[in-house]
Amino acid sequence: MAKNETKMVPFPSRAIVPERDLGKTPVLECIHLGIEFGGLKAVDDFNLIVGATEIAGLIGPNGAGKTTVFNLLTKVYQPTHGTMLVQGRETNGLSTTQVNRIGVARTFQNIRLFNSQTVEENVMIGLHNHLKGGLFSDMFRLPTYFKSEKKAHERALELLDFFDMADMANYKAGSLPYGAQRRLEIVRALATDPCILLLDEPAAGMNPSETEDLMNNIRKIRDELKIAVMLIEHDMKLVMGICEGICVMNYGKVIAKGTPSEIQSNPAVIEAYLGSHNDSKEEK
Amino acid sequence: MKKLKPTTRSNIFTYGALLIIFTVVYILNNGGVISNNISGLLIPICAYVCMSISLNLTVGILGELSLGHAGFMSVGAFSGVIAASALRNVTDNGTLQLIAAIAIGAVFAAIAGAIVGVPVLRLNGDYLAIVTLAFGEIIKNLLNNFYIGVDNSGLHFSMKDTASLNMDKGTVIVNGPMGAVGIPKVSTLIVGFILILICYAATANITNSRTGRAIKAIRDNRIAVESVGISVAKYKLMTFVTSAAMAGMAGALYALNYTTITPKKFDFNTSILILVFVVLGGIGNVRGGMIAATVLVVLPELLRAVKDYRMLMYAVVLILVMIFTNNRKARGLIIDPAKKLFGKLIPKRGKGGDANG
Repeated sequence: MAKNETKMVPFPSRAIVPERDLGKTPVLECIHLGIEFGGLKAVDDFNLIVGATEIAGLIGPNGAGKTTVFNLLTKVYQPTHGTMLVQGRETNGLSTTQVNRIGVARTFQNIRLFNSQTVEENVMIGLHNHLKGGLFSDMFRLPTYFKSEKKAHERALELLDFFDMADMANYKAGSLPYGAQRRLEIVRALATDPCILLLDEPAAGMNPSETEDLMNNIRKIRDELKIAVMLIEHDMKLVMGICEGICVMNYGKVIAKGTPSEIQSNPAVIEAYLGSHNDSKEEK
Repeated sequence: MKKLKPTTRSNIFTYGALLIIFTVVYILNNGGVISNNISGLLIPICAYVCMSISLNLTVGILGELSLGHAGFMSVGAFSGVIAASALRNVTDNGTLQLIAAIAIGAVFAAIAGAIVGVPVLRLNGDYLAIVTLAFGEIIKNLLNNFYIGVDNSGLHFSMKDTASLNMDKGTVIVNGPMGAVGIPKVSTLIVGFILILICYAATANITNSRTGRAIKAIRDNRIAVESVGISVAKYKLMTFVTSAAMAGMAGALYALNYTTITPKKFDFNTSILILVFVVLGGIGNVRGGMIAATVLVVLPELLRAVKDYRMLMYAVVLILVMIFTNNRKARGLIIDPAKKLFGKLIPKRGKGGDANG
């Protein structure tokens, strides 16, 4: 696993990023980000910098607040504390829709596809903001409609081809096998032309060979599309295999940050996952 | 030649079928073959078919429930009637009056739709059903108190009685609870049919476009739609206003087929009747809704033969249709032989299929 490791260097402020991203604006910067539900601090003082083309991992035991962080980043929840910057831009007060338009795309833990529509149409919906047209040109089939349909079709097939899914374009999304549905969600997110892709448990329910393909695809996204990827995952083989920087959470707080090898030997992380020596004694 | 897309093919099939049906009905009607009872129903059928398409856009394609669609129909009907009556001084051409009435009906119904939609469609949940239900009642009661007349100096309006209109030898158009009176009876079957074509074409075109994909996506999964940067409220409002405008056009066509029309005609029962068209025809299935509207408007007339048992039979027929459309075994009795006959003509639903195989 160690052979995969990218050299991580300190970024001018606090965090570390891959060496190649040093001169660039970090794609995502969370500053004291937090949310309280009533008195419960679901996420508390979350600081993170993700480099422009970094693959970052967010791990932690169940209920640590990982998906809540994603929901904060995509503004499903408005943070009660702190702020986040996307490519250096302030995002306070933006809605889910607006934050997607400035470049944050995501997939969901429980797949959320548009099941009644075809694979191609699902991708076209992702392309929505990059197509011209409105109600009237669609209703009366004005020339704009045909132009935009043609562009949508070409671009959708191009994206599907990137993930070897072009032959499935006319299937209903709901009829796809599980692994393909996960891939389609990634394609749909990429169609919005993001600068950072958030993947919520992309390998959940996949067999080892599908996971292997997924890892290659994620690397391909970074290498060919030059965008950053941040993923939540419980499959440590995947996380340690492709993530360059890893952030570990427990009880809503960040307990460790670093490269895969640093994380593997971090006592706080081991304690969070396996419990301390004293804990196990009490339970027995 | 390039192979046509399945959706294009099914649309061409529908336009063809509509044209043939209309030509046959038109010839039969002019030849006096159709009985007077049914002949008088032809324009209301056109209006109800449009209503069915309109509600299908909201309920079937957008996935929001509207329980006051008759309210938009009545807004269209009354504004259309006022427009047509006011135009009588300007032109004698009935068709021109009708077209102007339909256009004005659409505009006012769209405004009503926007007023209802702007605050409500920002919320998630069944609030639209509750608010449209109230809207239908409010519009009915408002129109019960409207007195509108026209004379040489223009339109006069009052909410008290006809005397307070202060008109100079003018005519009363809307007379409170008596409804609109002395309506120019200008609706024609041809305009009604064209209206059906326009409504159907608009709906079918929207469904297979950038806008339509976004609307259907909202129905499928709202959270995912927001995550790809599509504004849910905007598209919900857009669809609802379009749907209301179509209802307004249908209302104007409907009202100008009679000499008098009361606000009571567009009550909750009418809203539910329109919803029954949509549900019976299959939610989201526009063509099914059109057929259901035709059948359910004609049915009570056909059942006049059984006199007292008319509404009882009507209920039995409704239940039978529901059984035959939802029970697989029962459906097999009718649908399978029909598919064998018309299999090549009727495009398959659910293109593609299972990718596992």
